[in-house]
Amino acid sequence: MPSFSHFFQTFIESYPVFFKGMLLTLQVTAVSILIAIFIGLFFALLKISKVKVLEVIANFYIYIVRGTPLIVQIFIFYFGLSEMNISGFWSATLALAFHNGAYIAEIFRGTIQSIDKGQMEAGRSLGMTTALTMRRIILPQAFRRALPPLGNQFIIGLKDSSLAAFIGMYELFNVATTAGSNNFDSMTYLLIVAVYYLILVFLLTAVVSVMENKLSASD
Amino acid sequence: MSDKREMIKIEKLNKKFGDLHVLKDVDMVVKENDVVVLIGASGSGKSTLLRCLNFLEIKNDGKIIIEEKEINPKSDNLNKVRERVGMVFQHFNLFPHKTVLENVIEAPTMVKGMNKAKAIQEGKELLDKVGLADKANVYPSKLSGGQKQRVAIARALAMKPDIMLFDEPTSALDPELVGEVLSTMKQLAKEGMTMVVVTHEMGFAKEVADWVFYMHDGRIVEVGHPQDLFNNPKEKRTQDFLSSIL
Ligand SMILES: Nc1ncnc2c1ncn2[C@@H]1O[C@H](COP(=O)(O)OP(=O)(O)OP(=O)(O)O)[C@@H](O)[C@H]1O
Ligand SMILES: [Mg+2]
Repeated sequence: MPSFSHFFQTFIESYPVFFKGMLLTLQVTAVSILIAIFIGLFFALLKISKVKVLEVIANFYIYIVRGTPLIVQIFIFYFGLSEMNISGFWSATLALAFHNGAYIAEIFRGTIQSIDKGQMEAGRSLGMTTALTMRRIILPQAFRRALPPLGNQFIIGLKDSSLAAFIGMYELFNVATTAGSNNFDSMTYLLIVAVYYLILVFLLTAVVSVMENKLSASD
Repeated sequence: MSDKREMIKIEKLNKKFGDLHVLKDVDMVVKENDVVVLIGASGSGKSTLLRCLNFLEIKNDGKIIIEEKEINPKSDNLNKVRERVGMVFQHFNLFPHKTVLENVIEAPTMVKGMNKAKAIQEGKELLDKVGLADKANVYPSKLSGGQKQRVAIARALAMKPDIMLFDEPTSALDPELVGEVLSTMKQLAKEGMTMVVVTHEMGFAKEVADWVFYMHDGRIVEVGHPQDLFNNPKEKRTQDFLSSIL
């Protein structure tokens, strides 16, 4: 184990390159999660559509994501998309979005179905269409209920973005392993990168809980 | 009185849930300004009948004529029908993420495209009418059951329906809160609203109803003015039911 003063000094000195890696990690995570929310919502709606084909499509997607390792998904996206001249950044981001989308679909499906069915009936009885009631009445409530598990999924997504290192993204984890082997000091750099991840997870948790509080005004 | 418009007319209405035959050849006429009270034992099909009237359930067979036009669930726009037929539920079903006023203006603004300022003004008038003007900006979770139900009534009225359906509007309320909801409904009846009410509140039926329908096992067994039906029920099953609840 490195001494604390060595760790601390290296932490300070390596700050500029870790900071760049952190920005890339944040970009990959934020963009992939944002896309994953839309993918998740889309497949959640397919799952509850009561249209058999659509349910089968959604289940198939979720089955594929759950049944294969994320690293395999990332490489498939990377090799598949690079043929279309799509950058590594987008390969990693889209692969992560594809992956997280399946888990987020399950989260949304669960919370949408947890909303009392009287809510849909009330909307319908007022002349609102199913789609309008879904958008104005059900989804806002379902989204609020989804926040805690979504926050959890965001954290997983943030940590999983480290796998983008394997397709050459110079994000946090790649910065750490590269600097570690260049300086023959892997342990120090791995401990440093662990601290970066802990800080990011801490901040993400805080953001989610602020959102939860904001949305709980009606309780 | 016989020249009043027929607001609801149903003929030989049948509804099944799978093998369960819930409504059997139900006939019913509700004229303009009438208050009809539906009574009957649990499971007799009262809610199902009410829900067929605004097409939350779709009949298997028979005719449903709303304001002199037969409604075909396959070809007619049911949302348009529901705009004219308001419904109040046993469990209120207020939108918990919206304030009281937002609950009331949701459908007028989103369905009818009413200008928001106008919807707010009308919404406040309705809340005033149900005695809840001071609660406009609170969320439903802060209201008592009776207050919630009065908001639900205001919300339905905001669409300016021609007919109002009530499915056991006071059954989920603590006894001391029943009165405030019933008096709101009486007020509505006095203003001439056409109403179909499922309730166990016989006092309300005696005082307000023009007609009482007794349902048993999916059929309308007896229809009469409240004083006749309650005091001199003709059918044995009506007599048994009334003696069981009184
Ligand atoms: N969606 C449904 N699917 C299957 N069966 C149903 C459904 N809704 C109602 N039923 C059945 O239909 C019958 C009539 O139900 P309904 O709710 O209309 O009775 P009710 O007279 O309103 O009774 P209560 O006084 O308990 O509210 C019952 O046997 C009920 O179990
Ligand atoms: Mg019922």
